[in-house]
Amino acid sequence: MPEHILLRHRDIPDLHKLDVYLKNGGYEAFKKVVMTMTPQQVIDEVKSAGLRGRGGAAFPTGVKWSFLTKDSFPRYVVVNSDESEPGTFKDREILEKNPHQFLEGVMIAAYAAQANVAYNYLRGEFWDISAALDKILDELRQKGFLGKNLFGSKYSLDIHNHLGAGAYICGEETALLESMEGKLGQPRLRPPFPADKGLYRKPTVVNNTETLTNVPMIIAKGAAWYKTIGTDKSPGTKIFCLSGNVNKPGNYELPLGTTFRTLIYEHGGGVPGDKKVKALMTAGASSSPLAGTDDILDTPMDYESVAAKGAMLGSASIIVLDETVDMAWLALKTTRFFKHESCGKCTPCREGTYWMLNILERVNKNEATKADIDLLDNVAGQIGGKCLCLLGDFAAAPVLTSLKKFRADFDAHAKDAKKAAPAPKPAPKPKVEEPVPAGD
Amino acid sequence: MLAEKYRSEIDTILAKYPPDQKRSAVMPLLYLAQKEYGYISKATLAEVGALIDVSPTDVAGIVGFYTLYYDHPGGKRRVQICTDLPCALRGAEKFAEGLCQKLGVKFNETTKDGEFTVEAVMCLAACDKAPMFQIQDADGIHYHESESADKPMTVEQALAILETEKKR
Repeated sequence: MPEHILLRHRDIPDLHKLDVYLKNGGYEAFKKVVMTMTPQQVIDEVKSAGLRGRGGAAFPTGVKWSFLTKDSFPRYVVVNSDESEPGTFKDREILEKNPHQFLEGVMIAAYAAQANVAYNYLRGEFWDISAALDKILDELRQKGFLGKNLFGSKYSLDIHNHLGAGAYICGEETALLESMEGKLGQPRLRPPFPADKGLYRKPTVVNNTETLTNVPMIIAKGAAWYKTIGTDKSPGTKIFCLSGNVNKPGNYELPLGTTFRTLIYEHGGGVPGDKKVKALMTAGASSSPLAGTDDILDTPMDYESVAAKGAMLGSASIIVLDETVDMAWLALKTTRFFKHESCGKCTPCREGTYWMLNILERVNKNEATKADIDLLDNVAGQIGGKCLCLLGDFAAAPVLTSLKKFRADFDAHAKDAKKAAPAPKPAPKPKVEEPVPAGD
Repeated sequence: MLAEKYRSEIDTILAKYPPDQKRSAVMPLLYLAQKEYGYISKATLAEVGALIDVSPTDVAGIVGFYTLYYDHPGGKRRVQICTDLPCALRGAEKFAEGLCQKLGVKFNETTKDGEFTVEAVMCLAACDKAPMFQIQDADGIHYHESESADKPMTVEQALAILETEKKR
């Protein structure tokens, strides 16, 4: 990867400063769309670039913009900077280190949507980032990049930051909108979709931070250029968040279609102690773990290829699990997360995560029987596809897949395991007590 | 009272949202209240609600739903250690346990001097810098992370950070 498209601050020092950003072509793309393009032309350009949402769902961005209900105003653009998926830390780097390119992307999206106000919804923990962005927004207002009649045109725009307060579910776009409206962050029943009735029941575009950071480069260099990177169906680069049992965890911006092996071994320096990869979580905690076989390691990281292997690329948060990881412990960790983060609205998710955790705690204390493990499988199998949003599906995925592919790890904990066939030696258990999260 | 002491802050917050959507301000106003009082008491629910014409019950719902609001007092600072999956794979649980031991507390307890309440929390988007924690106090929320995977933060380093925070 010779040059970054999204993490350009790694190539250009001090890019977070306005003067440096301006010297490097900053806000030229925004000026270009306002002065020379119609909103429809902007939408068409982004559509033809094939940019897909980077928050996880991978929906084509330009298509999403084109769904806005016609002739209905005001409209809003809301940015999802609620980055909360375990294993995901890409938007944070963009917001901290390349904030102007991100904001220019928001501005172009707002112009395309013909919105005069955009909100950036950040997770509450991004307190310092939000404060830094507030200062930048003030600077942009003073310099005439935000405000009324921009560049002498009829177009006006302002952007505001809005801090969440610690709720994973607000990363789901309709829950995010509820939260922005000052309500509990609980998903809405769809339809209507946000493009028709979103924030304050007005047509709204909700896009992820990384998604919008692509947009200034697409406008500046053109859709044709963008499509030369990545794969046919998944063009562009993606920031892969690499974490877990790997020597060099971090963000790596690579073309979509790069293999897991390249990411983990060439960029991530391999697994500590040269241990084998037992499994990969490819979309953070919300993953069906993939076994660390050669076939999987050589799979290209694009939306289609990963889906073909039975998992999702999602936000491309790759958590590496080495051969010592006990998958019953892994299921406990992900389930504890989702049980804590379930908003409580839909019964299968609220009750399902509660009972999965209950059983998994007993499994991990070696207090469960094999019948309990069957019960876990049964409970987990009844959550998916029954709720307003995907949190329940996400919660069930690591449990169901771990049970399917690594059942021995669970059975090794069973009280009645010894009477059956010789069980494999249980992986070392973490020595410490499981911490109980605050508010649980 | 918030309305007098923070008039300009409150006006700035309200100006972000359409005049008929004041309820959107409930979250920033709760942060403001927490800055002033340390936590959200029953009286504060009514005070915040009155600023935006929302019932105290509805404000209580918000406080209960979101983890960064507290309906009970704690230490001056909340030390929120991520022990979620990616951090746990890099030793965060042991780190958290070690820090608790040194401070003489269990999770969700406050040190005897009233300075720190220690909590184990969910992912904070810093998985490559594990172990890590954030400190939430009246001034906001600040991250403290390991320098790199080669140089993970030790319990001793964390204690030194807490000493510095005390003097801030």
